Amino acid sequence: MTKQQANWSPYDNNGGSCVAIAGADYCVVAADTRMSTGYNILTRDYSKLCKLADKCVMASSGFQADVKALQKHLAARHLIYQHQHNKQMSCPAMAQLLSNTLYYKRFFPYYSFNVLGGLDNEGKGCVFTYDAVGSYEKVGYSSLGSGSTLIMPFLDNQLKSPSPLLLPAQDAVTPLVEAEAVDLVKTVFASASERDIYTGDKLEIVVINADGIHREYMDLRKD
Amino acid sequence: MFRNQYDTDVTTWSPAGRLFQVEYAMEAVKQGSAAIGLRSKTHVVLGCVNKANSELSSHQKKIFKVDDHIGVAIAGLTADGRVLSRYMRNECINYSFTYESPLPVGRLVVQLADKAQNSVLYENELTFKAVVLETLIDQVCTQRSWKRPYGVGLLVAGLDESGAHLYYNCPSGNYFEYQAFAIGSRSQAAKTYLERRFENFKDSSRDDLVKDALMAIRETLQGETFKSSICTVAVVGVGEPFHVLDQNTVQQMIDAFDIVGEQEDPAAEPDTDAGQDAAVEPGAAADQGGSTDEGVAPMDI
Amino acid sequence: MNFMDSKQPESGLLGPESDSQRTLYPYVTGTSVVALKYKDGILMAADMGGSYGSTLRYKSVERMKPIGKHSLLGASGEISDFQEILRFLDELILYDNMWDDGNSLGPKEVHNYLTRVMYNRRNKFNPLWNSLVLGGVKNGQKYLGTVSMIGVNFEDNHVATGFGNHLARPILRQEWHENLSFEDGVKLLEKCMRVLLYRDRSAVNKLQIAKITEEGMTISQPYSLKTHWELSAFQNPTQGAVGSW
Repeated sequence: MTKQQANWSPYDNNGGSCVAIAGADYCVVAADTRMSTGYNILTRDYSKLCKLADKCVMASSGFQADVKALQKHLAARHLIYQHQHNKQMSCPAMAQLLSNTLYYKRFFPYYSFNVLGGLDNEGKGCVFTYDAVGSYEKVGYSSLGSGSTLIMPFLDNQLKSPSPLLLPAQDAVTPLVEAEAVDLVKTVFASASERDIYTGDKLEIVVINADGIHREYMDLRKD
Repeated sequence: MFRNQYDTDVTTWSPAGRLFQVEYAMEAVKQGSAAIGLRSKTHVVLGCVNKANSELSSHQKKIFKVDDHIGVAIAGLTADGRVLSRYMRNECINYSFTYESPLPVGRLVVQLADKAQNSVLYENELTFKAVVLETLIDQVCTQRSWKRPYGVGLLVAGLDESGAHLYYNCPSGNYFEYQAFAIGSRSQAAKTYLERRFENFKDSSRDDLVKDALMAIRETLQGETFKSSICTVAVVGVGEPFHVLDQNTVQQMIDAFDIVGEQEDPAAEPDTDAGQDAAVEPGAAADQGGSTDEGVAPMDI
Repeated sequence: MNFMDSKQPESGLLGPESDSQRTLYPYVTGTSVVALKYKDGILMAADMGGSYGSTLRYKSVERMKPIGKHSLLGASGEISDFQEILRFLDELILYDNMWDDGNSLGPKEVHNYLTRVMYNRRNKFNPLWNSLVLGGVKNGQKYLGTVSMIGVNFEDNHVATGFGNHLARPILRQEWHENLSFEDGVKLLEKCMRVLLYRDRSAVNKLQIAKITEEGMTISQPYSLKTHWELSAFQNPTQGAVGSW
């Protein structure tokens, strides 16, 4: 019998785009809800956002099975943390844990591209952006995933983050107020879904601020 | 010190059919400060008495959250209690990792009881189960826990699809489901209180249940004034994940229900338990337990 | 550790076929499974063909099976792997029943378990070569989900595996709604299966439809769909297509 499959791969790319923007007293994390494989849409309503702690939300795109495993692993680790310390993990702590967790699988990586958004210990917005093997950086805003090539330059143009080479280091949070940031996120996703076939269907936006976590949705192109 | 020649290890039977090491472990439960539990159809309340080891020290934590739907109160060796509650937490996390649903309480209780059994049965054999256990138990522990019974009794409170549950796990590996129960020193007084009232518990409101818990805790006190600082109360129920009530809430309830301390001993019956503190010489306590029910294998508890 | 052992050539680096115990490609495969939620529960359809490459080797393969009281499992892909999955699900349900405590694994739990199993096997580079569909009802809650051979999993109102993803789901997206009656549900599934029969070469005209509700589940006797091959497009499909044979 001839081989039917060219070569089995343990990976797939299920697409999707993620964005996070930090402000002085809030953080916006957003992702579309389309899940694809090749030219197929598997489902139009799959959340890529995961609440990891009270003030910490992760948006992930890439290979769904790896993303799910990563989310479950972090959820379990967070439970253990709560049992041991009697409190929620802070966003910077979760950021380091995520990095370690990703690097732990350096030689059989989680094929997942994550942005972590939340509030730091002072209540200021923070965004951490990662590659698949765990190197990460604290930034003011970030975009990852299939539409990031369309979104990121737009955010750069609009938000003009201070150069990380400046001394003394400049604060990375964006100057926008919350409503402006949410509008910006809606715009970049509407734009990305025009050209990126892996981004679309619905946009899920989570805003984290002193009041807690607030969630909203916006329809995107379905084609 | 030595009572007889049959109590040096867990695998030796006495001619009367008793395992003394197991009975000593059960005695350890009676020495610990009291813990009580009671349940309605929808809620379970756990309570315990906080006793400091010395004037200079704080008390030890006796109520542990295991998961959102399960919690335990312990009496006896607190260190063993912590090992077991860590095991229970792990089991819950593993279960919800594979099934994304909460571990049924009854099943966790059976696993816990099996663990107590393993510590009794497999003293020297390196059976498959013992090998598995070895990997489960934290190796940093100073104890080799399968070489002696756990000296702790656990009241396990939980909620699952079959309703609210309260179990008692004994060092012997036995476990029982209860409507209400009390363990630890002077628990007999609380038991008497609960026995008098348990028929109403089924339809009790959450707050009434907490009130009864406070009353039962008060019964176990000896002379002390009843205030929130000497007790801990925890609740789990429908729509209410397991949590320990904070001290102010407890104090408010004590004040509201007007159950302030009575200075005299409220329990009429003589307390057969060994006494309230670990200050009592262990040998003496064992002696007392042995002489009252000589020749009877007390495996019903 | 025996020294002789370490002299044995380790597999993996030498070549995939040397002494491999892994599924590198499937042998006997089943094609699409289509399933949807309807008013009272879940409906699922699958044909009974088992293909040996492009040869239609088996014609009475049951590809939908009950799992415990509340769940129904359908599979496409390697038939032997599916039957292996059934064996350990049997064991899982048996142990669950042995507790005899009023708790039982529902469709959500079984689906999650299967997701872990599929993903763990892909982590070992030893996949179970299937796409699975799991449907069920428990405590009035309908559940429909799917898992692929590398562990990709999701829930939806309707799902399909293999060719069904290309041919059946567009139909389902157009015609599915929350309050489908049993009759309409079956009609919709038959429409999907008919399209698949026409266009998927490994589909056969012998299928079963399974239903699961709060009351229980039934898997229909095998039956065939009425087909109409006399359409002119089928008569001479390449007419007018220059360069085709």
